Amino acid sequence: MQKGKRRKISLYPIWFVLPALTIFGIFFLYPIVTSFYYSMTVWNFDSAIFCGLENYRMFFSENELSSAVVHTLIYAFSTSMLKVIIAFFIAVFLCSRIRTKDFIRSAVFFPNLVSMMAVGLTFSYLMHPTKGLFNAVLTGLGFAPVDFLGDVRLALGSIIATDVWKGLSVSVVIYIAGIQSIDRNYYEAAEIDGASRGQCLRHITLPLVAPSQNTIIILSLIGGLRSFDLIWAMTSGGPGFATDVMASVIYKQYAYGFYGLSTAGNVIMLLLISVIAFPLQHILRRREEAIV
Amino acid sequence: MKGERRRLLLGDIIGCIVTVIVFVVPFYYMFVNSIKTAKEANRMTIHWPAEPHFENYLEVFRKQNYQLVTAFRNSFTLTVFTVAGLLVVAAMAGYVIQRRNDRLMRGIQWVIMLGLMIPASILPTIHMLQQMRIYKTMFSMVMIEIAMQIPFSIMLFRGYMASIPTELEEAARIDGCSGWGIFLYVINPLLKPIRATVIILTAVTTFNDFTNPLYFLPGAKNTTVQLTLYNYKGQFSSSYNLLFADIMLITFPMLLLFLIFNRRIVDGMVAGSVKG
Repeated sequence: MQKGKRRKISLYPIWFVLPALTIFGIFFLYPIVTSFYYSMTVWNFDSAIFCGLENYRMFFSENELSSAVVHTLIYAFSTSMLKVIIAFFIAVFLCSRIRTKDFIRSAVFFPNLVSMMAVGLTFSYLMHPTKGLFNAVLTGLGFAPVDFLGDVRLALGSIIATDVWKGLSVSVVIYIAGIQSIDRNYYEAAEIDGASRGQCLRHITLPLVAPSQNTIIILSLIGGLRSFDLIWAMTSGGPGFATDVMASVIYKQYAYGFYGLSTAGNVIMLLLISVIAFPLQHILRRREEAIV
Repeated sequence: MKGERRRLLLGDIIGCIVTVIVFVVPFYYMFVNSIKTAKEANRMTIHWPAEPHFENYLEVFRKQNYQLVTAFRNSFTLTVFTVAGLLVVAAMAGYVIQRRNDRLMRGIQWVIMLGLMIPASILPTIHMLQQMRIYKTMFSMVMIEIAMQIPFSIMLFRGYMASIPTELEEAARIDGCSGWGIFLYVINPLLKPIRATVIILTAVTTFNDFTNPLYFLPGAKNTTVQLTLYNYKGQFSSSYNLLFADIMLITFPMLLLFLIFNRRIVDGMVAGSVKG
């Protein structure tokens, strides 16, 4: 036992984790720890005057700021849900014996290579209220033009749709990996028992891609909760503050010079993600174990 | 059998039509508008221009005293050093974390995986960089990009490491190889497939990053390619043709990377995020 242990130690030196841990500790963890203090101050980098929970009180009493929490939740949950559902069908389609799947897969993957900024700017031109291509199509079909990004009720939805378009590929790739790892024998057995395609999909594919599905839910939900560039490119939080999310509020308060308030927003975002992501991951893992 | 074939053909046709409309048209739109005159592009149509103006691509470089050249240089520097750094530190950490798998390593692993979830604290980071006197330097930007992407890279390396048998290491050990030597000469060559995945994923993330350079690398001489796009939103809001030319130029390096590593992406995803 003792001998085995010593061998293990010299084979796999602990210091191998030090470079990664040092960089991660200094440039990621340390600022997070100090952020709890600075979020309770009036701060301008030179001096930090302690003010207790004043910044948090302000955040939740100003409608302009607190509505960002609601927008963030709507944004994260709807993008995540849409990606989980749409990507599943695309992945199933691409795993069938379709001949053009290489072309379709590449085309679906392509938006992933383009930056959020580029996608956001392009779609804001496609969605232009009078000249945009989407409205040209709508008016061509006899509908009234829509102000996709200027209408308070539509703006967030338009950005959500763009986000799904851009982020679909990652979910599709993860689903494909999951579907391809399913044992073919299940399908053959089901076919012999006379199961229809729909039944195979419902009772074999769907339950057995649960691990991939959980990865997608977690990744896209956390991505959605943190999201900034796309919104900033398309509306900068407007019209008014109809599409302001946590990350854009943090940037705006920084630009206005309210560093303490901005940091409080950062801490609220951290807590929001923790409160959602940790329990969710636990529930999803339980679901995964229940199936297997 | 005949019905089956017909159904597949129908699937092919519908699949291609939907794909072209949903995914190809926006890219065609970007391209077509990048070779129009400013006046034509301002009409925002998808028509082929009266005369293609490929010189837009030179014009976009000349804009603002060759700012795009500076931006490309900065973005390439940032991406190369970030990816190189990640390949070294994440491979080392992923290797030892997976192989030792004792309480200490599981603790370290848990702390690092926090980074996959919780967001970075921006202003405290800027403040810290100022105190260290490295704010607005390429060094600090590289360190921040590495720190942000360490969790995902370690996850990929660790997941892949689980598929490499330990017998090789033990044989090398008997032959008198040191811990460092085993990693360098035995394990390292076996990591080639997962390295390709990490390269493409981290390179695309870093090169396309807008938010972090916006906060941590401000200033005209520090600009990165994504920030040059942002200029078109405000300052040059009437030159859509140049905006789209800029988008095409910026996307090109990533397209090249994708063509080189295409097949590896799915493999790596399987190894890393599903089984890990």
